[in-house]
Amino acid sequence: MMPDLGKYADTVLSAYAASILLLIGLVGISLWRGRRVRAEMEETEQRMRRKNG
Amino acid sequence: MSSSEKMNALWSYANPRKFLAVTERLMPWLWILSGACLVIGLVWGFFFTPDDYRQGSTVKIIYLHVPSALMAINGWLMMLVMSLIWLIRRHHVSALAARAAAPVGAVMTVIALVTGAIWGQPMWGTWWAWDPRLTSFLILFLFYLGYMALWSAIEDPDTAADLTSVLCLVGSVFALLSRYAVNFWNQGLHQGASLSMDKKENVADVFYIPLLVCIAGFVLLFIALVFYRTGTEIRARRIRALQARERAGA
Repeated sequence: MMPDLGKYADTVLSAYAASILLLIGLVGISLWRGRRVRAEMEETEQRMRRKNG
Repeated sequence: MSSSEKMNALWSYANPRKFLAVTERLMPWLWILSGACLVIGLVWGFFFTPDDYRQGSTVKIIYLHVPSALMAINGWLMMLVMSLIWLIRRHHVSALAARAAAPVGAVMTVIALVTGAIWGQPMWGTWWAWDPRLTSFLILFLFYLGYMALWSAIEDPDTAADLTSVLCLVGSVFALLSRYAVNFWNQGLHQGASLSMDKKENVADVFYIPLLVCIAGFVLLFIALVFYRTGTEIRARRIRALQARERAGA
């Protein structure tokens, strides 16, 4: 299934590996921060609601 | 609907609540579509396209290098539009969208620089050359870093939005230079555009279609990430406002 990349196999594979890792890292960090901020906002809103009765 | 009514309908998305409501409905579709385009385009390009007669299998790097470079430049131009909207109309969502786009654009620039260096080594015999396009891209990356650093360095969000918007206007020169550097100077190592309105300049058809699918994937991923991250910035801003109200009430 793997195509024959010839003498440039390391070049092509390293370009794909680096790019895919960077993209996964970007998406992962964005989702992680998004969930953390959303949870913090809900917690702050609940606290405010309790305070204001 | 008249054009002024259309503009008013457009500005309604500057309302944070409306922006969040609309983008949250769109997000699942954007994630699915971007993921599908990326998987199809990259698998097609990597496994099912032939080697180039001159560049061998390194031509497969085009499916990462060209879309990421395209998004690095267009990401900055999107930030420019958002910055102008902030400076002219003072819509907070536009300033937050520009802030949200910066790390995405920076990562796209890194991917373009890294894949370019990896590709350049066997083709040009060097990882790096002070070629006009490469140099302008490096400067664009430094502008991305400076833009993010400036947002983090200033406590008052409105002042930060003002100053980063001005920085964005200045950096736009390098974003445009990155796009047109190969046309301005002919002495560089970098080849001309891989995609053009002029069909003769385009890459061969066998590479062209999977490349378009990859570009669609990168564009959709950029939009998905910017929408998602803008939502995060809107919520972070609301937390700061609530905390300020809490402190004032205490």
